[in-house]
Amino acid sequence: MSLSAFTELSPVWRMGAILLGVLVLASAITVILRVLQPKRNFSELSARVASWWAMAAVFFGAVAVSDRLALVLLAFLSFWAMKEYVTLLKTRPADHSGLVLTFLAVPIQYYWIWIGWYGMFVIFIPVYVFLILPVRLVLSRETAGFVASASQIQWGLMAFVFGLSHLGFLLVMPPTLDGESNGRALLLFLVFVTEISDVLQYIWGKTFGRRKILPSVSPDKTWEGFLGGIATTVLISIGLRFLTPFTVAETAIVALMTTLAGFGGGAVMSAVKRDFGVKDFGGLIPGHGGMLDRVDSLCYAAPIFFHYVRYFHY
Amino acid sequence: MSATSTTEENRAASSAATGRSVWADLFQRLIFALAIKPFMILFIGLRVSGRRHLPEKGPFILYANHSSHLDTVSLLSLFPTRRLRELRPVAAADYFERNRWVSMFSRTFFNTLPIARRDISQTNNPLKGMLSAIESGQALIIFPEGTRGSGESLGAFRSGLSHLVEQAPGIPVVPVALVNMGRSLPKGALIPVPFFCEIRVGEPRVPSGARSEIRRELEGALRNLLEGGR
Repeated sequence: MSLSAFTELSPVWRMGAILLGVLVLASAITVILRVLQPKRNFSELSARVASWWAMAAVFFGAVAVSDRLALVLLAFLSFWAMKEYVTLLKTRPADHSGLVLTFLAVPIQYYWIWIGWYGMFVIFIPVYVFLILPVRLVLSRETAGFVASASQIQWGLMAFVFGLSHLGFLLVMPPTLDGESNGRALLLFLVFVTEISDVLQYIWGKTFGRRKILPSVSPDKTWEGFLGGIATTVLISIGLRFLTPFTVAETAIVALMTTLAGFGGGAVMSAVKRDFGVKDFGGLIPGHGGMLDRVDSLCYAAPIFFHYVRYFHY
Repeated sequence: MSATSTTEENRAASSAATGRSVWADLFQRLIFALAIKPFMILFIGLRVSGRRHLPEKGPFILYANHSSHLDTVSLLSLFPTRRLRELRPVAAADYFERNRWVSMFSRTFFNTLPIARRDISQTNNPLKGMLSAIESGQALIIFPEGTRGSGESLGAFRSGLSHLVEQAPGIPVVPVALVNMGRSLPKGALIPVPFFCEIRVGEPRVPSGARSEIRRELEGALRNLLEGGR
């Protein structure tokens, strides 16, 4: 009976129920570990799980309540990620006005999504901001360090505003051609697959990790974590096929693509942190670090997933 | 009943000391609660350490490095709005009193205590106003460099702070390091860039001795704090 109640739910709420189940499971495992190994310190794990509850509640809550609210949340996510990145940059006093423009680009990019203007959404940052930002920097009449500033700021905009905003455009996509899915369900699929892949790679790595995969970039990442995490995520994603218009094989391929992109994003952001000489991007999320430490893989996974879906299912 | 009348009396006394109406107090509280505090949290993303070192009540002297118009605002935002009435940012009269609009603006929003920076004499003594504010139980916010710097290094202290500390012995003096404010809103800029800013509050101290020693101690304390120490 409870199973039939579950299948009668809309895909979005079915995902909500699954999410709740996963979180309860994570909390239960934390408690069991504490009982089994009372001497070990699990405060980091507890903080992480508690933060996952909060993040899931805020994100799923916004998506379930309204796509407008979720869009505002995503815009804030981009804004905060950009803040974390720019604060670590070695900016020059002459960059001030260019940076004002940079942060102005965040609400504008999300405004194109708000009104559903795909053509503008997809060229605004790569074309217009790319052309205007250096001109604005030039107007400060300081050439020393110009190339570094212009390229570093544009890179941040591409990753944290343009890249992440694909989550937002997914959200406002209409039902797919076959009518089986819509943007909201696809967004939940993408975010869940990307994040669970991060978690599973971490767990596999912690448990079986031997051979380092990128020792000079992220010393904690191992081949065992990478392969185990991605394989498990692909299996799980097939169970979430009800959110998508994909066939079983296609789901596996899309999940593989998404998780590989996510791994790339995580590795790139690790290299950025290494370069800046910091461990975390900030302290917003207890146990996780900054906002960027959590959305790093999404910056890469979102555009890849989005364009696949848009090309083949719209 | 009696408790109410005491707070009424307090308010009257303090308003008399600041020369401000109750309406100005209320207006400042509203602006801080509805605009400045949310701005500091959501836009600037202010990070605060050592908040426990902030004294529970006046009089005390809080001094900090100065590189931005965000400095005073962010310092005031650390306190509950009901305490804004007792917090007096010491402001250069030649800048913050340059015309009646700027004067009204800074007195209403920031409860400034204007002092003379130029033409100082026995009769035009900036210490007088500060000492009487301390006597009435208020807290002073002072930028001892005397002006906004580039934000990259701490400028030499002017003599005002050590004169003040010498003449108000026993008053706790709190060093506060402000980080990144000058990046967010540098001198001459109108629109802030949302760099994460940081406030580090150091332990209150009660310096004594010769003026030069006081000055050295306070300068050293702030420099340590800026370099990441306690």
